[in-house]
Amino acid sequence: MSVLDWFASICFFLGCALNLIAAIGALRFPDLLSRMHAATKPQVLGLMLVMAGLAASLGSSQLTWKLTIVVLFQFMTAPVSAHMVGRSGYRTGKVREDLLVIDELTEDLDRAKSTPIPPSSS
Amino acid sequence: MSPVVLWVGGLMLAAAAIIIVVRIERGPSMLDRTIALDMLVGVVIAALALWSAAAERTDLVNVLVVLSLVGFVGSVTLARFVAVEPEDEGRILTPEEVRAHDGRMRASLAKESKRRVGGREDAMRRAYPESEDPR
Repeated sequence: MSVLDWFASICFFLGCALNLIAAIGALRFPDLLSRMHAATKPQVLGLMLVMAGLAASLGSSQLTWKLTIVVLFQFMTAPVSAHMVGRSGYRTGKVREDLLVIDELTEDLDRAKSTPIPPSSS
Repeated sequence: MSPVVLWVGGLMLAAAAIIIVVRIERGPSMLDRTIALDMLVGVVIAALALWSAAAERTDLVNVLVVLSLVGFVGSVTLARFVAVEPEDEGRILTPEEVRAHDGRMRASLAKESKRRVGGREDAMRRAYPESEDPR
């Protein structure tokens, strides 16, 4: 086996192992936010590893660019879905407050509710 | 690529997919299932990449592009709709609760139809005047 083959094999192995570990984490973690924490690791790092392995094993520059585009699309779309899921999870009360170390959003919302709205000077 | 990598990686991905399906079945809320479905898309992408490297099939790379673009649509849509659901959406109401709710809503709607103002939301607000503002 050449160096590229070794590199591709190690990348594939690490990517698949990351997927498995994240699945175990998503099964065992207690609430929504920690499950999101476990689920988003293979979405980006695992995908990067697998794509690097595929690019090394196919060895064509055209396909390497295409795989770079795959990773870039994931960079763009993963934050969108994580943001939407986290926001609606907070708003529908699926965040367990006893597991949080710090909850700045609730403090901020309370402060915003308690301060009176200044009269507009228009 | 050596078949060892294909087998080890494929078995790990299969185990991950099975565990994710267990989470989808259990998931207490819709959002947990959404996250698990996102992870399942990631596992499918990894499996396709593995298969494409093992079988030297370069045409599968286009499928990877499409999956990485489209995979997030489902979770965004579901999260959008969960945001407007009431808090205890998963619970099924008991017959007594359904009857009580129907009675209150009907009385409120009847009162409203005499005055001919407002809509269904006003009737809801009049039926439950003491409910606090959901955040």
